[in-house]
Amino acid sequence: MPAVNLGLPSAGAAIALVDGSSVSSEQAELAELHHLEMEAIHNGSVASVHSWELVTAVDGPGTRMTLFLSGCLLRCQYCHNPDTWKMRDGLLTTLDDLVTRVKRYKGVFDATGGGLTISGGEPLMQPAFVARIFEECHKLGVHTTLDTSGFLGKSASETLLDNLDLVLLDVKSGIPETYKEVTGRELAPTVEFGDRLAERKIPVWVRFVLVPGLTDAVENVDAVAEIVARWPNVERVEVLPFHQMGEDKWDRLSLPYPLHGVHPPDNELQERVRDQFRARGLTVF
Amino acid sequence: MTITEGVRSDKDATQAERPDFVSGPWQDSIDLRDFIQRNYTPYLGDATFLAGPTARTTGVWAKLSAMFPEERRKGVYDVDATTPSSITAHKPGYIDQPNEVIVGLQTDAPLKRAIMPFGGWRMVATSLETYGYPVSPELEKIFTDYRKTHNTAVFDVYPPGVRRARSSHLITGLPDAYGRGRIIGDYRRVALYGVDALVAGKKNDRAELDMEPSTEDIIRAREENSEQIRALKELVAMAASYGSDITKPAVTAQEAVQWLYFAYLGAVKEQNGAAMSFGRNAAFLDTYMERDIAAGVLTESGAQELIDDLVIKLRIVRFLRTPEYDEIFAGDPTWVTESLAGIGEDGRALVTKTTFRFLQTLYNIGAAPEPNLTVLWSDALPEGFKRFCAQVSIDTSAIQFESDEIIRAEMGDDAAIACCVSPMRVGKQMQFFGARVNAVKALLYSINGGKDEVSGKQIAPATAPNTDEILSYDTVFPAYLETLEWLAETYVTALNCIHYMHDKYAYERLEMALHDKEIIRTMACGIAGLSVVADSLSAIKYATVRPVRDETGLVVDYTIEGEFPQFGNDDDRVDSMAVDVMERFMTMIRKHPTYRDAIHTQSILTITSNVVYGKATGNTPDGRRKGEPFAPGANPMNGRDTHGMLASALSVAKLPYSEAQDGISLTNTVVPSGLGHTKEEQITSLVGLIDAFTSATGYHINVNVLNKDTLEDAMLHPENYPQLTIRVSGYAVNFVRLTREQQMDVISRTFHSH
Repeated sequence: MPAVNLGLPSAGAAIALVDGSSVSSEQAELAELHHLEMEAIHNGSVASVHSWELVTAVDGPGTRMTLFLSGCLLRCQYCHNPDTWKMRDGLLTTLDDLVTRVKRYKGVFDATGGGLTISGGEPLMQPAFVARIFEECHKLGVHTTLDTSGFLGKSASETLLDNLDLVLLDVKSGIPETYKEVTGRELAPTVEFGDRLAERKIPVWVRFVLVPGLTDAVENVDAVAEIVARWPNVERVEVLPFHQMGEDKWDRLSLPYPLHGVHPPDNELQERVRDQFRARGLTVF
Repeated sequence: MTITEGVRSDKDATQAERPDFVSGPWQDSIDLRDFIQRNYTPYLGDATFLAGPTARTTGVWAKLSAMFPEERRKGVYDVDATTPSSITAHKPGYIDQPNEVIVGLQTDAPLKRAIMPFGGWRMVATSLETYGYPVSPELEKIFTDYRKTHNTAVFDVYPPGVRRARSSHLITGLPDAYGRGRIIGDYRRVALYGVDALVAGKKNDRAELDMEPSTEDIIRAREENSEQIRALKELVAMAASYGSDITKPAVTAQEAVQWLYFAYLGAVKEQNGAAMSFGRNAAFLDTYMERDIAAGVLTESGAQELIDDLVIKLRIVRFLRTPEYDEIFAGDPTWVTESLAGIGEDGRALVTKTTFRFLQTLYNIGAAPEPNLTVLWSDALPEGFKRFCAQVSIDTSAIQFESDEIIRAEMGDDAAIACCVSPMRVGKQMQFFGARVNAVKALLYSINGGKDEVSGKQIAPATAPNTDEILSYDTVFPAYLETLEWLAETYVTALNCIHYMHDKYAYERLEMALHDKEIIRTMACGIAGLSVVADSLSAIKYATVRPVRDETGLVVDYTIEGEFPQFGNDDDRVDSMAVDVMERFMTMIRKHPTYRDAIHTQSILTITSNVVYGKATGNTPDGRRKGEPFAPGANPMNGRDTHGMLASALSVAKLPYSEAQDGISLTNTVVPSGLGHTKEEQITSLVGLIDAFTSATGYHINVNVLNKDTLEDAMLHPENYPQLTIRVSGYAVNFVRLTREQQMDVISRTFHSH
C-alpha cells in the first residue's frame, strides 16, 4: 500500500507529539512539514497504518477487511501486537487509498455479510480518520466495526457513532485495580464508553481475554459480567483464551515480556469463566 | 435413425412400470446433454434426505481397508507381471462377490496392478524391479524387438534441444514414457444407448470417411475408427464375462450405474493415463434413480448403496508406476475426477439428489482422495447444496471447487474437468497433455546467458550473460522474454512429437470410441513457478538485487536489500507481473503450429511437481533458496501471503482465464477456527469465501480445513490416519502416502488462521 509521500525520512517525529512523547530537537527544523502531517492526521485525511488483512470469522461478521492502526496508550501485559503501540512506527496512508481498497472488497463484503473493521493499536487514537472512513463506508453500503478498548471513548464523535454498526469492546478486567495491573490505565473510561454505546443502542460484542493468574479471578470475571450485563445492546461475549504467540514480537522489540512461561487457560477454566457470563443470560463464545 | 429403440422396451427387462423418458433429439443422434436437460429433476433442498451406508457397503469397504496397510507398506499390493493389460486380458475379479451391487475390477483381484507396456517398456520394467517382481524376458523381447512403444518412438524424433531442456529439468513430467491421460470418454453413452447403437454410429462415421480422398489425415481417421469399433466389441465381451449384456441400453438404475462403470473400467484396463477422469455423471444417473424410486423399485438407501459401491470401485483404480513418476504425481493419484453440479444454460441448477449422494460417500465410507470430487460452483447454486458442499469440505478436505460461470461461458453446461483443472466438453473435446515448463529456471538461464545455474552447462542458446553489479529490471526482463521465446518453441516441438507418437502407438481407442467423430483438441501447455518468477521480478524492480557469481562467472546466488511487494497480497504492483509473464508466454506458445491443429492452451498447475522442480532449481532473486520447493500451482510462495486467505486468492484471481484455458490452480489451507466459532458459522463463512472468490473471477480453489498439529501427528503416527485426506494441487491425496519431503512441503504452506 503506497504511503502518502511527504518527502520525509521520519514520519515519526510529528506523530510522536500525538503520542504524547517529546519531540527530539534534531527534527525541529522539519517542523513545518511535520505540521502538515499532524494536520492530516488530525483532520483524518491520513492515517498511521500498521497493516491490513482480509479475515473471516473474527473481528465481526462475515469476511472483513481489518485495518490495524498504529498507536495505543494501553500497555496490556498480554498484548500480542506490541509492534502497534507507537504511532510513529506506522505507514502514513491516505484516506483515499484506503477507501479505494474498501471499494475493491465491496463484492466480498456483500457475498459474505462482512465489512470494514478498524482495529489496532487503538483506533480511537486517530478518531477523525475513523469517523471519516466510516462515513465513506456507509455511503458505499459497507458495514462498519470498531475494535477498541474504549479507553479513549471520549474521542469518538457523534458523527463517528452515527456511522458505526458494531463495536468489539475489550473489557479487559472488571476490578479497577486489576484493570490497571493488566493495562497500566483506568477502567472507568471503558465503562463510560460502554454506557454511551448502550444509550445509542449500538450493538456490542464484548471481548475478555482470559489470562491465568492475571484476569481469571472469580471476582474479576464476575465484575466484568456485572458491567456487561447492564448493557442490553451486548449481542455476545467472546472469551478469548490467552495464547503465547505474541512473545516473539516482544522479543524482537527487545521488550521484557511479563507473561513469559504462562500457560494458556485449560478447557476447564475457560468453561468456568464462560459459565460466569452465561449465568447473567449472556450469549457466550 | 433409431439408435435408441431399446429404451422403450423397459418392461421386458424388469417387472416394474416405468414411465418412458421424455423424448427429444437425443433419440435421433448421440446427445447426452439433450437427454439430461429433458429428463433430470433439479433438487433444491438440503442434505437431510440422505441415507447412511448399508451393512453390505460397510462390509465390502472393510475388506478393502484391511488390505490398504500392506499396500502402503509395500508400495503396491500385488502385480500381474506377465499379462499385458487390455479390455479383455483379465478374468473377472471381485472384492466380495455376493455383496457387490456394482462389479468389475481392472484385473482378477482387488488392488492387483496390471502392466500396460504400450506406453513404454522401460516404465514397466523399472516398476516391476522396484517392487520386486520378475521381468518376463519374453515380454521384454516383444516390447523391445517386435513391438515399438510410444516411449521409443518419441525418442526417435526428439531434436537435441528438447532432449537438453528435458534432462536439465527445464521441461519436466512430459508424457513421453507414460500414458498422457486427460481424455474423458463419455461413458454415459454406453448406459443410455447400449454398445450396439454406438457401433452403428461409428460405422456411419466410417461410411463417411470412406467417401473422402485417402489423405494421411483420412487414413489415420479410418484406422482410428476401426480401432474404436474393435474396442467397443471388446467392451461387450468384458461386460459379458461379468454376466451383463451391454449391447442394449440400461433400463434400471443399477444397470445404468453398472453399464457406465463398465465403460470406464474398459478405459482403465487399457490406458495408464496420468489422469483417467470420470466425467459428469451425477445428473445423468439421477434420471434413472428418480425413475426407479417413482416406480417403487428403489429406496433412498438402495440408491445410495449403488453410488457407494460405484465409488468404492473408483477408489481402487490402480496403475503400476515408477518412483520417478511418483515424485511428480505423488500419492498414487488416478484423477478419477467427477464433476458435480453447476448451473444449466436455462438457469436451472444441475444439482440432483445423486449429486448429494456422491458427496455423501465421503461420510458413508470415509474421506478419500479418489474419486476427485469437483464441484462446479456458482453463487446461483441452491443454498442447501452450497451449505452441504461447505460442510463436506470442512469435515473431509476432500473436494475442490471450480468456477461454473467461467467453464459454462466457454464450454456450455455439459463440460467436465479432466485431472485437476482442465475443462472439456464431454465426448466432444480432448486434450494433448503437456505437463509444464520451469519458468523459474528459464529466468535464471536468461541471467546466465543460457547456462544452467546448477550444472553450468549450456542448455538454451548462448546469449550475453548479465554482468551488472545490481540487477536492473530493464535489462533482466527483455533477456527473460528472449529465453521464453526459445523455450516456447522447444516446448511445442516436444509436445508435437509426443502426441504424434501417442496417437500412433498408444491410441486411446475405447475412450475415443466414446467421443464424436469431429472433436476439438487442445495442446495443453503449462507453467510451474509463476509466483517465484513474479516475486523475483518484483525484487529486481523494487529492491536492490545483487548477483553473486562463482569463479566461472556463473550467477549462483543473489543478495537482496530492501522491501519488495510479493505475490499473494492483492497488490497490483507485483500481481500484474505474474499476469504479464503468463500472457506473454501464452502469446509465444501460440506462434508455433501444433499437431492436428490443436488449440493452444496452458495451465498454471504443478500437481506435486513443485517439489521436484524446486529441488532442481538454484537460488532465485526473490530470496528462495536452492532446492526449496516452488509454491504449488498458481499459489503465492509459502508464508509470503500475509494479508489473509482471501487476499491471497484475489491475487490469483487476477490471472486471466482467457490466457490459461487449461486452468489455474489455487490450494489454500485454513484452520477450522479461522472460519468461525460454530460449525454453522464455519459453513456460512466458507460458502461466502467461495462465492467471493468465484465472483472475483477466481477459477479454482482447493480448500483444506486442517490444523497443522493434525498433520504433524499423522507424520509420527501414520497408522492412526489411514484416511486423512488433503488437497495438494488440483487433487487430493492420502496424506500418509506422501513422501516425507512432500509432507514437509505441505506442512510448510501457509495456514490461514484468521
